[in-house]
Amino acid sequence: MSAEEWPLFEVFIRSKSGLHHKHAGSLHAADATMALENARDVYTRRQEGVSIWVVESKHIAASDPADSDAFFEPAKDKIYRHPTFYDLPDELKHM
Amino acid sequence: MRTTHLEDNFQQKIDAEERIEPKDWMPETYRKTLIRQISQHAHSEIVGMLPEGNWITRAPTLRRKAALLAKVQDEAGHGLYLYCAAETLGVSRDTLLDELHTGKAKYSSIFNYPTIAWADMGAIGWLVDGAAIMNQVPLCRASYGPYARAMVRICKEESFHQRQGFEIMLTLSKGTPTQKAMAQDALNRWWWPSLMMFGPNDAESQHTEQSVRWKIKRFTNDELRQKFVDATVPQAEILGITIPDPDLKWNEERGHYDFGAINWDEFWQVVKGNGPCNQERMEARIKAHEDGEWVREAAMAYANKQSQKLTEQVA
Repeated sequence: MSAEEWPLFEVFIRSKSGLHHKHAGSLHAADATMALENARDVYTRRQEGVSIWVVESKHIAASDPADSDAFFEPAKDKIYRHPTFYDLPDELKHM
Repeated sequence: MRTTHLEDNFQQKIDAEERIEPKDWMPETYRKTLIRQISQHAHSEIVGMLPEGNWITRAPTLRRKAALLAKVQDEAGHGLYLYCAAETLGVSRDTLLDELHTGKAKYSSIFNYPTIAWADMGAIGWLVDGAAIMNQVPLCRASYGPYARAMVRICKEESFHQRQGFEIMLTLSKGTPTQKAMAQDALNRWWWPSLMMFGPNDAESQHTEQSVRWKIKRFTNDELRQKFVDATVPQAEILGITIPDPDLKWNEERGHYDFGAINWDEFWQVVKGNGPCNQERMEARIKAHEDGEWVREAAMAYANKQSQKLTEQVA
């Protein structure tokens, strides 16, 4: 307990090229280089990735779930942003 | 008033099968239950490396050695996924490790039994991992998001663990009479402790009812134990070895196997620290942690120095 605890990193993995990096989990490491190596050993033991991002957890800003109703409210009444909002004749096969 | 309202909302979310995420409001008891269960699970993965680590250097072939090594590495990984899931509830890794090392936190009692023969690697993979999978598959739908996600990853990786164990048992049971006897002996020693892995009977289980309501648990201890027995009996028949329970027989009416009484005195003795290997396991764990202290310190000192250098260069 005497030593300083290693910082926490969030790990993002691109499973194959063409896809987004996706959050896989987190881990502790002394620095980013070690975090990448540990992420490889912990999260890609079965070739689950072709690319890894790590970022120290403290650098992530997150929205507050307690405020999520208000926060996401602006999009709620804008159904006209969806294609199905528009009335079009059946003869129109593809659009 | 306000807390009751929050608690009602919380239970409604659970009932609607919505997942709870780290920053969501949750009752303190839900948080505590999860920290206890997830950390106990993480500790079990880490301590579980010890009985099998015992045989890595003595595996009979390179194929078996590579598989066992990979299995033990997976267990390290599973421990790490679970520690991280526990940490999202606001407890530090150091605190979790401290609780393990001081004996405040428990780990699965099964790992307090010794692995005295190679066949034990087969029996552990087949029975202990089999029982663990029975427990873990429903946990993939646990109400707490980070726990459920960790369990999905673990279950995906763990199916090989059971298969490699069964393959070891199969090879031994089709081998020489001595090898077959070795497989039978391992089954004799691991069968009852494996059944105990599901925990006390429902009537004696203090956490089950609340955990089911919170959808942390989906099945009770006895339900899971019965599923395990039903799944395992036909597997033992394939191996041609005998489960050490004279009361074990198919019950047509229930559609399940009946099985004999579990020795709960033994279970509680091992939980309380009086199993054959409790002391040895804890000593090995604490030694590994203490021996690693200077490495953790040096890595941190190096990282701090590097980032200091970088700041100086920029300035």
